[in-house]
Amino acid sequence: MSGDRFSYKLDSTLETVDNAEQTASRIASESGFDEDEVMQIAMAVREAAVNAVLHGNAYDPEKKIELEFERTADDLVITIRDQGKGMDPANIPDPLSPENLLKTSGRGIFLIRSFMDDVQINPSQTGTEIKLFKHVHGTAEGGKEASQ
Amino acid sequence: MNLKTSTRQIDGVTIVDCSGRITLGEGSVVMRDVVKDLLGKGQKKILLNLGDVNYIDSSGIGELVAAFTTVRNQGGELKLLNLTKKVHDLLQITKLYTVFDVKDDETSAVKAFR
Repeated sequence: MSGDRFSYKLDSTLETVDNAEQTASRIASESGFDEDEVMQIAMAVREAAVNAVLHGNAYDPEKKIELEFERTADDLVITIRDQGKGMDPANIPDPLSPENLLKTSGRGIFLIRSFMDDVQINPSQTGTEIKLFKHVHGTAEGGKEASQ
Repeated sequence: MNLKTSTRQIDGVTIVDCSGRITLGEGSVVMRDVVKDLLGKGQKKILLNLGDVNYIDSSGIGELVAAFTTVRNQGGELKLLNLTKKVHDLLQITKLYTVFDVKDDETSAVKAFR
């Protein structure tokens, strides 16, 4: 990554999902994460991008996805923003509940939270912003989350 | 690499050898179409060999669940064979490992079908 932060905008397409995943994989690798961590980061970004393209922007060609990568002293921080109606994290069902186990969707946010050290979901009327944190030295146990 | 599949028959069981990625888009569609095609031909004993599937996302997991329930609802059985570590770990954390009948040996997997 040249500099500590960069961002760019992408169309609301499936190609964006692949692009986000590949970019995250490259930057995570360049940031010194090991192979398993790189896979986790790339998958978390992929899932966030899927949510942004499908559920946020609903493939609307007029709406864009913004992807931002920032390397701080402690974390790799990846932010994905869409221009949808805003997702309410309180309404996300638990995919591990017995009644949800055989559902064919609804595991994306769960996987993101499983793979990252911290996740912040910030919905608004102009879209949803999701910030993903991975500790650079990876000593913290995963699972912390700070949704609002 | 998108998902590629080929099928073969052993003792009345259809083994679907899969390779590539099962992800949102083409990979999920390929999986859905394969299962739909097999059920349409009356082949309801399906063993998905995922030994060369190195990546699966939440949409792919959803497609496996859909395949499992669709086959079961039609009176058939669907089992998984040769999970890679990544796919195994994903099924563990999503608590689906105990939902699917997962095998690591093809011969015993085929015998396990009723």
